[in-house]
Amino acid sequence: MEWETVIGLEIHAQLSTRSKIFSSAPTAYGAEPNSQANLVDLGYPGVLPVLNGEAVRMAVKLGLAIGATIAPRSVFARKNYFYPDLPKGYQISQFELPIVASGTLDIMLDDGSLKTVGVTRAHLEEDAGKSLHEDFQGMTGIDLNRAGTPLIEIVSEPDMRSAKEAVAYMKKMHSLVRYLEICDGNMQEGSFRCDANVSVRRAGEEKLGTRCEVKNLNSFRYIERAINYEVERQIELIESGGTVVQQTRLFDPDKGETRPLRSKEEANDYRYFPDPDLLPVLLDDAYIDGVRATLPELPDAKRARFVEEYGLSAYDATVLTATREMADYYEAVVKSAAGAEAKLVANWVMGELSGALNRDGIEVESSPVSAQMFGGLLARIADDTISGKIAKEVFEAMWAGEGDADAVIEKRGLRQITDTGAIDEIIDSVIAANPGQVEQYRSGKDKLFGFFVGQVMKETQGKANPGQVNELLKKKL
Amino acid sequence: MSELHSKTLAELSGLLADGETSSVELTRTLLERVGARDAELNSFITVTPERALAQAEAADARRKRGDAGPLTGLPLVHKDIFCTRGVKTSCGSRMLDNFVAPYDATVVQRLDAAGMVMLGKSNMDEFAMGSSNETSWYGPVRNPWDTARVPGGSSGGSVAAVAASFAPAATGTDTGGSIRQPAAFTNLTGLKPTYGRVSRYGMIAFASSLDQAGTITRTAEDAAMMLGAMAGFDDADSTSVDREVPVYRATLNRDLKGLKVGVPVEFFDEGLDSKVADAVQAALDVYRSLGCEVVKVSLPNLMLSVPTYYVIAPAECASNLSRFDGARFGYRCENPRDLTDMYERSRGDGFGDEVKRRIMTGTYVLSAGYYDAYYLKAQKTRHLIAADFAKAFEEVDLLMGPTTPTPAFKLGEKTDDPITMYLNDIYVNGVNLAGLPGLSIPMGFIDGLPVGFQIIGNHFQEALMLNAAHRYQCETDWHTRTPEGFK
Repeated sequence: MEWETVIGLEIHAQLSTRSKIFSSAPTAYGAEPNSQANLVDLGYPGVLPVLNGEAVRMAVKLGLAIGATIAPRSVFARKNYFYPDLPKGYQISQFELPIVASGTLDIMLDDGSLKTVGVTRAHLEEDAGKSLHEDFQGMTGIDLNRAGTPLIEIVSEPDMRSAKEAVAYMKKMHSLVRYLEICDGNMQEGSFRCDANVSVRRAGEEKLGTRCEVKNLNSFRYIERAINYEVERQIELIESGGTVVQQTRLFDPDKGETRPLRSKEEANDYRYFPDPDLLPVLLDDAYIDGVRATLPELPDAKRARFVEEYGLSAYDATVLTATREMADYYEAVVKSAAGAEAKLVANWVMGELSGALNRDGIEVESSPVSAQMFGGLLARIADDTISGKIAKEVFEAMWAGEGDADAVIEKRGLRQITDTGAIDEIIDSVIAANPGQVEQYRSGKDKLFGFFVGQVMKETQGKANPGQVNELLKKKL
Repeated sequence: MSELHSKTLAELSGLLADGETSSVELTRTLLERVGARDAELNSFITVTPERALAQAEAADARRKRGDAGPLTGLPLVHKDIFCTRGVKTSCGSRMLDNFVAPYDATVVQRLDAAGMVMLGKSNMDEFAMGSSNETSWYGPVRNPWDTARVPGGSSGGSVAAVAASFAPAATGTDTGGSIRQPAAFTNLTGLKPTYGRVSRYGMIAFASSLDQAGTITRTAEDAAMMLGAMAGFDDADSTSVDREVPVYRATLNRDLKGLKVGVPVEFFDEGLDSKVADAVQAALDVYRSLGCEVVKVSLPNLMLSVPTYYVIAPAECASNLSRFDGARFGYRCENPRDLTDMYERSRGDGFGDEVKRRIMTGTYVLSAGYYDAYYLKAQKTRHLIAADFAKAFEEVDLLMGPTTPTPAFKLGEKTDDPITMYLNDIYVNGVNLAGLPGLSIPMGFIDGLPVGFQIIGNHFQEALMLNAAHRYQCETDWHTRTPEGFK
């Protein structure tokens, strides 16, 4: 039996405003519990919310970046339910009239082709606080620092057909919100997380299967594992004669499985209605155009430009534009690597640099080898001061803090030997020292050529210019 | 000359300016009166003598510096719905019996800044839900004109305190008539301003789209003085309107000649006491004599206002009162077994019956499957009612009629029948639904009980309404009468 998976994601991105969405309390993460919640966040009697204009601007930025419709009039609504970390007994969100509707996001599939995922809507809302069940015997601790933190909830169409596509979409959105500087994207701190709606249907079937919602996935790896688990669970269930029940489920990363949280029957009736404390948000064209003018170059445009301007493959351009920081770094290296080809720079950034960053768990913006230093190194390859092989050694030394490329080359005496006379002498001595191999080579054993190159390089500690060595060896043999 | 305690704000302001009395003397006089007589009325929940005297001393010092404004040193009572820093703010509920507000409402802040002296916090229907002040956790308030009768509600304590001459003025709030109806029942001038005219910040919410703070005074002139200090934009309340505040007192004496007054025919329905109808006609005659043209108008959807109000107000209140969950402030039941138990018993014991009735109603009308039939429908009828008023104001400058169908009723008379109680607000609810300003002034007595005359203006027409009310009060003396038992 052939099955098709259908996935839609609801991404919650925390907007990086300085203060909360409806109060002036700060939004910084990790402070002493309940130290960043003022009377409005605590839902005290008599207090009123006042909308943070910066949150609106950020939502509009996102909407424009995904080619969506920005609502000229959007409305905040109350979502009513009781929970101790929800101080007012309702969450202020948007329901019928969200600020952003009908956008799209292109993702790149494994085969290099593009797929367009629809974004149904994106709306502004406030986050709730945190309930801490572990630290208190028989009691629950409530930390309301997070209460009132601005979120944008981005709801996709059920357009994704595999966990991989879902991850690609999530990653692309993650990249986008960071390009736009509207979210720090910190998944561990919960600044960027998602709920996945997953269903399966028989191939060719039009009607969607019954879905389950897997809540609160805050790593790309969890999303993939949770969806794959859920897909298998649903298929097995149906194939063994059962039916999928609409449910909200939680993913347990330790066990690698999802388990039910509540069923549709147990779901809250949120009794949404327009929040009478807040006026509708009215946005005119002048405002929207003003925000549009502040948009940075977006990932897709940047990727196209990298292909065009630097002659990179689509794949390389995609990797290098995955984050704004990486793209900026790459371009800064190109600028400072005099004479080096952009393609060479791309290989080095994606190879040595990315490898070192991954190995040490460092983000590119805090790389110990700055773009200028890295450019300086690649310039030395381009002007034949060192070979690519030696450059790797220089890079490691720079990474370890030994200074810029020229300093390392000087200190370690790594300058390439390009003096023909000097290389000649070494070749002569190598030929003299290996008469047997010379004879074999001359009698047709071409493979031995590599042996002679190796010997010369060994004698020069790798500093001889490989091109010259090849050329001179050929003559002499 | 009347005694100090029964003077108006304007009179007292003059005496203070002339050095005839001091704020401390005035404050002491009134505090003594409250101490001696309030047990008969129960108009105060909290009396704050120390704070009052400190404020009075500060006001006198300010006057000495030559820094006094017209309200500096004048005492008042705040309805216990306004948050007052460091003072219990109960909202008439057991739920908030232990709640000491950590901040001042904007209204309190502004009247403080004007130099007014707070004598204490007045009794009220629980969370402002009631028309008789019988739903208060602190017990009912009695009407100084007849202590067997209610003072009206929800600002019952505020009106009783002013009518009994415990204070020259009080703040009130009006969600569906809660200033105008009690003012009518106690021979006072009660003003509910345009929605958005006065900040709601720090005023404990009942129904956010209807709530508005206003004044309870003896005269229109006093209302003009107080409103001037209370009104104006507040960046802490998104629904407050950024619009200049006129000097209301400056236009009180304008000539009314040529003013067009509309009288809604729907006000003269079968529920209206014929003697009240006669009093309204007499008041209209005063306006005719002042040169006003009185015409009939129709507000065909006005009769939908009570059912509309009793869908929208409960819906909003059910949500607004969700924050009273026993978790962070207010009443929490003893030894909760678990979260649900804490919610159920804290709310079950903390709220009274009328509040619970409205929470239940509000929860129901917003529920899946009922939203369209009730809440959405009510929003539509609300628009129809507002459109009726808008149409009327294309023809006339002010609307006039009765404030209530009858004078004050007896304690316990309507407590078993919420619908009859709700219908008492039939002439006042519509004004809140349309966000309009409404004013009630004394227009006479029926069997010794005062009745009120309602003046409704278009949005932000408070100056014209106060002008009309003041001119009426220059022609009549109903508003100068005080109850026999509280001379």
